[in-house]
Amino acid sequence: MSPARLTVPKTYKLYIGGKFPRSESGRVYEVTSRKGTFMANVAKASRKDARDAVLAARAAVSGWSGATGYNRGQVLYRIAELLDGRRAQFSAEIARAEGVSAAAADAQVDEAIDLWVWYAGWADKYVQVAGNANPVSGPFFNLSTPEPTGVVAVVAPQGAGQGSGSLLGFVRAVAPALVSGNTAVVIPNEQAPLSALSLAEVLATSDVPAGVVNILSGSAAEIAPWLAGHADVNAVDLLGAGELEWVDLQIAAAETLKRVSPPESGPDAGAPSVERITFFTETKTVWHTKGLL
Amino acid sequence: MDITAASGTAIAPAARAVEVIGTDLTERSLRRYLEGIAGVDAVGLEARAAGLGTRSIKKESKAWALDKVISLIDLTTLEGADTPGKVRSLAAKAKVPDANDLSTPQVAAVCVYGDMVPYAVTALGAAHAGARSDGGGVNVAAVATAFPSGRASRSVKLADTVDAVAAGADEIDMVIDRGAFLSGRYGQVFDEIVAVKEACKRVDGSYAHLKVILETGELSTYDNVRRASWLAILAGGDFIKTSTGKVSPAATLPVTLSMLEVVRDWHRLTGEQVGVKPAGGIRTSKDAIKYLVTVAETVGEEWLQPHLFRFGASSLLNDVLLQRQKLATGHYSGSSYVTID
Repeated sequence: MSPARLTVPKTYKLYIGGKFPRSESGRVYEVTSRKGTFMANVAKASRKDARDAVLAARAAVSGWSGATGYNRGQVLYRIAELLDGRRAQFSAEIARAEGVSAAAADAQVDEAIDLWVWYAGWADKYVQVAGNANPVSGPFFNLSTPEPTGVVAVVAPQGAGQGSGSLLGFVRAVAPALVSGNTAVVIPNEQAPLSALSLAEVLATSDVPAGVVNILSGSAAEIAPWLAGHADVNAVDLLGAGELEWVDLQIAAAETLKRVSPPESGPDAGAPSVERITFFTETKTVWHTKGLL
Repeated sequence: MDITAASGTAIAPAARAVEVIGTDLTERSLRRYLEGIAGVDAVGLEARAAGLGTRSIKKESKAWALDKVISLIDLTTLEGADTPGKVRSLAAKAKVPDANDLSTPQVAAVCVYGDMVPYAVTALGAAHAGARSDGGGVNVAAVATAFPSGRASRSVKLADTVDAVAAGADEIDMVIDRGAFLSGRYGQVFDEIVAVKEACKRVDGSYAHLKVILETGELSTYDNVRRASWLAILAGGDFIKTSTGKVSPAATLPVTLSMLEVVRDWHRLTGEQVGVKPAGGIRTSKDAIKYLVTVAETVGEEWLQPHLFRFGASSLLNDVLLQRQKLATGHYSGSSYVTID
C-alpha cells in the first residue's frame, strides 16, 4: 500500500493589477466551511492594499474603456469559456463553503457562467439601448451616449449560504460594471471568498487586462470606508453592504460626488439587468451641425 | 587619443585639486590619485541601501518629510517639445504647488533647457530667488553643455553655459564627457568641468551654482561612480548629480549612497560641503523618503537643505501632493486633484 499523501493546502492571495500579492499588512484570516472545518488561509487586505488596487484600476481604465464594445464582449465571453472548463473546482469549493448539495453548487456555477455570457452580449448593445438622438430646435444632430464612469468600488454580497451564493453573487456584482468599460475594485464575500479568489485565477488567464478587476479579500467593514472616501473612485456599488454602516459609506462617497448603488438582499440581489450596466455610466451629449443644403 | 603621451600634460590648477593632490597637477598625478581610491564593496553598498529603505516613517515624521521633499525638488521639464507656455505653467506650479493648500512649501528650483531660462525667470517674477534678498524663493536651473549627451565641442559647451548664466540661471547642470571618462582621459573631463565652472561666472564676479551630472547609468560600475564623484568635486563642482533622466537606469538608492559617501569623505577631509542631486526615476513619495533617510544617515541631517540636496523630478511632486492631501483630509486623493504635468 502506498503511503498516505500529505495534502497541499493553498493560501489564497489578493488580486491586484493582474498579480496575486499577499496583503501589504502581512495579515491572513482563516476561512472555514459551513460546518466549521478549516478550508484555507486567505490574505486579509488593508487600506494600503485598497489604495494600490485603486491605482491599478485607474491605470486600467483607459485601455479597457478604450476597447470597442465588440472586443469587450469577446473578452467577457472568454471568462465564461474558461470558467466552464473549471466547473468541477468551483463546484467543490462552493459545496464545502456554503454547505449546499453538489447539485445546487453545480447549478450555481452554471448560472454564473451563463451570466457572463449574458453580460458579454450586452457590451456592444447597451449603448444603442441607453443612448439616443435628442430632438433639438436648431440645425443640429444631438446625440446622447453612455460612457463608463471610471473606477467602481464594489462590495459583493456577503454571508455563507445566503442570497444567490458566493460565486453567483460575486459575478452579479462585478460583471455589469465591466460591460461599459469601468474597472472594478471588489470586496468579495468575507465568509466565503474562495470562489471569488479562484475566479481571479480565471480572470488572470483569460484576456481581461491587468487591473480591470481587483479583488480584496478581508473585512468589508474595514476596507469599504477607505474605498468610499477615496477621491479617485468614481462610483460605489454597495450591493452586499446591507450589514455594514452603509449610510456612512454613502456620506463618505458623497464627499467626492460618487455614484452610489444601494444595498440589496435576498436571492434576487443584483439580479441581471441592463439598469445595472447603465447605472455606472455617465451621459455624454454631442452637438453636431447639420448640413444646410 | 594616445593616453600615455598626454599623461604628462598639465591640467587646470583648480584650487581643490591643488590642495589635495599638490601643485604638480598633471593628467598623470590626477590618474594616480583617482585610481588609488579604494574600490566600492558593491554587495555591502546595496545591502546598506536596501536596509535604509526599510525604515518605517510614522505620521508626524511623514508630514515633515513630505514638506521637506517638496522644498528639495528641482521641478523639471526637459523635453524636446517644451514651449514657453509649458515653462510658465511649471513656474506657476513651483510657486504654488497646491492651490487648495497654500501652506504647501515652494520647490527649490525649476530646471529647464537653456533657451527657456528667460521665460522661467519672467514667470517666477518676484518669487525668483534672484529677485529677493532674503535667501528664499525659487531658483532657475538650466541644463547646459550639450545636455544630455555632452557630445559637442568645448567651445559650444562653454557658449551654452555662458548663455544660460547671462539669461539669469542661478544654477547650471552640466554633463561630463562620459566617453572621455570611460576611456580614462580624466584630465580632459577635469579641464572641462573647470572651464564650465569659469563660464558660470557672472559679470558681478559671483558664480552660478554648478551641478555636475555623472550619468551613472553609463558609468557601469560603482567604482567608476566613486571615481567620477571625486573627479567632479576636485574640479570644483558645487553639486554632484546622478543622471540626466534620459538614460536608464537613472538615480538608484545605492548609486546615490555611494555619492553621498564621497561627499561625506570630502567634508571630513576639507570641511567643505558639496551637494548631491539624484535625478530621474524617483516618482513616489515613498522612494523620496528613502532618499531623505539615506542622506540623514550618511552625511547628516544638515544636508537636508536646498543648497546641499535636491531631487531632480517632475512627477514626484504630484505624488507628494497626493500624500499631503491624504494626511490633511484623511482619505485617499486622486490624480484629478493635482495639476497635469
